[in-house]
Amino acid sequence: MKPTDPSGGSMSELGLVADGVTFGYSRSSPVLDAVRAVVPRGGLIGILGPNGSGKTTLLRLLAGLQAPWRGQVRLDGVDLKSMGRAAVARRIAVVPQETQLAFDYTVLELAVMGRYPHLGTFDVEGPEDLSIALDALRATGTDRLTSRLFNTLSGGEKQRVIIAAALAQFSSRDSPCDTGTEVLLLDEPTASLDLAYQLEIRSILLELNRTRGLTIVISTHDLNLAAGLCRDLVLLARGRVLAAGPVRSMLEPALIRTLYDVDVDVTTNPRTGHLTIVPVARAGHGMDAKP
Amino acid sequence: MTITRRIALTWLVWGSGAVLVCLVSPLMGSTTIDLRRVFSSSIPFGDNLDAQIFFVARLPRVLAGAMVGSALAASGVVFQALLRNPLATPFTLGVSAGAALGAMLALTFNLPSGIAGFSAIPIASFAGSLGAVAIVYGLARAKHRGMSTNVLLLAGVTLNSFFSALILFVQFLADYTQTFRTVRWLMGDLDVSSYAPLLAAVPPLGLSFAAFAVLPKRMNLLSISDESAASRGVDVHRTQRLAFLSASLATGAAVSLGGPVGFIGIIIPHLVRLMVGADHRLVLPASAFGGAAFLVLCDTISRTALSPLEVPVGVITAIIGGPFFLWLLIRNR
Repeated sequence: MKPTDPSGGSMSELGLVADGVTFGYSRSSPVLDAVRAVVPRGGLIGILGPNGSGKTTLLRLLAGLQAPWRGQVRLDGVDLKSMGRAAVARRIAVVPQETQLAFDYTVLELAVMGRYPHLGTFDVEGPEDLSIALDALRATGTDRLTSRLFNTLSGGEKQRVIIAAALAQFSSRDSPCDTGTEVLLLDEPTASLDLAYQLEIRSILLELNRTRGLTIVISTHDLNLAAGLCRDLVLLARGRVLAAGPVRSMLEPALIRTLYDVDVDVTTNPRTGHLTIVPVARAGHGMDAKP
Repeated sequence: MTITRRIALTWLVWGSGAVLVCLVSPLMGSTTIDLRRVFSSSIPFGDNLDAQIFFVARLPRVLAGAMVGSALAASGVVFQALLRNPLATPFTLGVSAGAALGAMLALTFNLPSGIAGFSAIPIASFAGSLGAVAIVYGLARAKHRGMSTNVLLLAGVTLNSFFSALILFVQFLADYTQTFRTVRWLMGDLDVSSYAPLLAAVPPLGLSFAAFAVLPKRMNLLSISDESAASRGVDVHRTQRLAFLSASLATGAAVSLGGPVGFIGIIIPHLVRLMVGADHRLVLPASAFGGAAFLVLCDTISRTALSPLEVPVGVITAIIGGPFFLWLLIRNR
């Protein structure tokens, strides 16, 4: 028997777990209904589902930004609700789809803001915080942009800087195993980027996962990105988990048809070795373009 | 340069600039006085005309300008960060007008002179600004992602004309002598003529500046997005409430002291950002000092430009601020 804590989570459960979470923004209609999602330490998980299926809401719950009505979200076996805001922020960071600034912050200023959960009310960032922020910028290849204004960067550069600012939230500089699982949650991070930048973000995330052991959860509409990046997928449909498991067993034409109501061809690309998904037609509509 | 040194330098440079302006301004006016004579210890105060003009006639007014200017500029910074829009100010949002309505009601109907020792006018003024801020806050919350310039400007125009109509109605009810007094005050009037109104404004301003002191780092994160602040451990709702409450308090106190002087909240923070960057740990103190210096300068112009006639200081700031605002509007997409 594994030792368990009173909240029901296993003490030796390493990673981020949404355990039967139900949540909604208005009393009457829950957005998520008894959702279970397991993100093991060092995992690379994708959340897929059509618009309105609850992907973003699930990410918000995983980040501790919303508390579930029922169920709990646990980090390494500890209920997020019992951790302080700052304690959660030192272990879980969020990258939004797009960031637009009303004010001209520099790249370095933004990266250093990631250190907020490590500082007291009147503390200013010290040399240690600065070097952690610079490390984070280096990890995303943006360390040569430090004094540039964020608003003057390209879309891809912006997203890399935002990822760096999120990395700067974590306390450790190399191995997360010393302090606990560190999780990066990304909400459709490539949706507003062009093709080259999408590939760039993908390789940065793969690298962070490989070298730092960073745990990554990404919500996306891009099935091919999910195929080339994630190891496991959670398929969300109308607030419930349709299926969850390794990428190859999730990207099945039958499942995708149920999820999106679209017929797809799934093949393995000989050059990348990844699955490639080509949408063919709305389900039940046959081929929409015949030669 | 480390952030600690930049903060220290900001306080030093902008602070001494503001003090300098406050010392020089009382020297100017219809009667020329000499700073050495003012502070001369060999002449008794009763015989020292220069000292009397400096301390009795001019300094209260200069200090009023400094307090009003710094409160309005700092409130502007807070509104801008929270609504994520550099065009938000107490004046453009209609918060000043709300405060003015409150103060007008107290002034016109001679409300009992105070609750718990505080004068009724600042309290009524605070109530007015709080009401306006509550509407603005509601609009911003309903829109989730801060406030677009369109919503902000429309809300501001609406609130301003709404409160102006009520102010006109109150004036309509008031008698002729009162109307003259209030119209003068509505144009911005720093002629306080004693230290008493200054002292009445100290507690509310002190409270709001104490709140401003804990906000800058959180304002940095909130000015990116609520989400990004929350995911870094900021208690977003508590911070928003504290910020809006303290900015309303500061605006209420400033308006009850000097009338709804416009555009300081936009000119100063903008110029400050051009000089010190966007970090609120620098922008907030620099704007507070800059706002003080700016309004004192404008009031010096108002006292001396058409002497012995006095141009209302609100007219001066509007003449500078109106075109500036339009220029910003064009520049900000």
